[in-house]
Amino acid sequence: MMGLQLQSDCWLIWPVILPLSAALVAFLAKGQPRLSGLTGALLTALASGTLFLKVVNHGGGSYDLGGWQPPLGISLRGDGPAVLMVLMTAVTGLAISVYAGGYFQSRIAMGGKGRRHIVQERFFWPLWLLLWGALNGLFLSADIFNMYVTLELVALSSVGLTALSGKPASQVAAMRYLLASLLGSLSFLLGVAFLYKTHGSLDLATIQAALALSPPVALAMALISVGLMLKCALFPFHFWLAPAHANALAPVSAILSGLVIKGGWYLFFRFWQGFLPLVGDGVVVVLAGLGGAAIIWGAFQAFCQQRLKMLVAYSTVAQIGYLFIIFPLLAIGAGQGAAAVFYFAISHSCAKAALFLAAGSIFLQMGHDRINNLDGVRQILPITTFAFALAGLSLMGLPPTGGFIAKYMYLSLAVSQDSWWLVLVMVVGSCLTAIYICRAVSHVLSPRMVAGRSQVVVGASMEWSALALALVAILLGFIAPLPLGLFEVVG
Amino acid sequence: MSVPPALVYGLTGLFLFVAGLAGLISCAQLLRKILAANIMASGVFLFLVTIGHGRGGVIDPVPHAMVLTGIVVSVSSTAVVLALACRVQETANIHDLLKRRAGGDRE
Repeated sequence: MMGLQLQSDCWLIWPVILPLSAALVAFLAKGQPRLSGLTGALLTALASGTLFLKVVNHGGGSYDLGGWQPPLGISLRGDGPAVLMVLMTAVTGLAISVYAGGYFQSRIAMGGKGRRHIVQERFFWPLWLLLWGALNGLFLSADIFNMYVTLELVALSSVGLTALSGKPASQVAAMRYLLASLLGSLSFLLGVAFLYKTHGSLDLATIQAALALSPPVALAMALISVGLMLKCALFPFHFWLAPAHANALAPVSAILSGLVIKGGWYLFFRFWQGFLPLVGDGVVVVLAGLGGAAIIWGAFQAFCQQRLKMLVAYSTVAQIGYLFIIFPLLAIGAGQGAAAVFYFAISHSCAKAALFLAAGSIFLQMGHDRINNLDGVRQILPITTFAFALAGLSLMGLPPTGGFIAKYMYLSLAVSQDSWWLVLVMVVGSCLTAIYICRAVSHVLSPRMVAGRSQVVVGASMEWSALALALVAILLGFIAPLPLGLFEVVG
Repeated sequence: MSVPPALVYGLTGLFLFVAGLAGLISCAQLLRKILAANIMASGVFLFLVTIGHGRGGVIDPVPHAMVLTGIVVSVSSTAVVLALACRVQETANIHDLLKRRAGGDRE
């Protein structure tokens, strides 16, 4: 491998260590959670950006923590896909942090019941930075037990964030999320135990190099796959997602839908990269079938929703499907398929976070998010409405957005392999996406005026951060060759 | 004929995992679900400890380190889930109380 093995390679650990330390500082700095939180977010984003530039210029690398090499030690690996996910988290996370600063400022300025919002903000920043650090750890991890630990860290901090709003609905949803997530983690851990028993190693690359199909390995892969599907709410396991994502605070919804889901999926993809050559076509078609069912069912549910945030949450259920229907297409054009699905994940992350941020602003301004009563929001919140519509375009996959490039690559792969049923699912899914996005957009853009709050309570930082994310989702359509070239970089 | 102890422990661990899974899915009460998740975790840990015993009587320390870390994670997540369960119960009680009071006023 081309990895740089110098001690100066410690740049790999900064995107993990910085947010963890910042979380601690934000928790201890009782008076100024926003200042320390935003500083931590900025530093983390800078560290992630530096890591990305290093990998672009010098190639990937790995770092053995404490100088202990695998198979005994735990190592971090920065290859192309890993640093792309870290960069995706940094861009989306920075915009969400800016939004969250404005969001809590507006909420606290509005007053309301007691000191509720001050307490919410006090716990939001440490939990969010902890989650960010755990996600970066998950993406950079090369050790499967370390992956389990980061998965649990991600789950515990996201459950804390989900319950933060204090509404009964969000607490019940958080409970369900936590139980589903615990089940997923334990299933994953038992799978890890089986893999260790058969291979005597915890390093994913070492295991995948020696992987051969045997009953314990098949059992391990089944346990790991089901655990991770629960974590990322693939179709039959999507029951916990919509209430948890829709009832959370606005920045939290964006974090959960845009970033957390990708953590579980990323691990799934990494495991299956090594496992794909071993399994028959049947298993792969089942995976793609679940993805296809998620696309259709999620889009249908999204169309039926009466509340804007529930619509966006069910849209996540549908979009997760696209992350799984790629598996039959990976068999032939492996490099191209991986590039397509990562591109989809990245553009979905920006677009979905922008949608949830915009929906949160609309909720805050109107005091509700019933779609049928949102007529004329564009006159009060023009920038937010524009951001919502732009992000919706990327989700539908209209050119020239990032979503279009990803779907175009999907379709050309599917056509080249004569997988016509996948083409059909994708086309129907995109049409349904267009229908439910247009249903929401037609109300917010309508010229009719409805009664809302008299003065504008949504701050400028909230409006512009949502628009910035939506613009990134559009911009991804123009700079496609840059990230796509990164997939060849090995760790 | 003697059964190797590793096999007994391993199968017991797997049995506990499956029993916990059944409890987690079928029990309606929250506390029982939490206990079931804990039993599942214990099953996984027992299985992990058994793995360390294999390989010609030489003890492999890595699974033991994994179990130690796993126990820490399990204790923390149990603490979170219990705290959240208390909060859910409190909120539900307050909600009930408000609803009953509102109903009483109307009558």
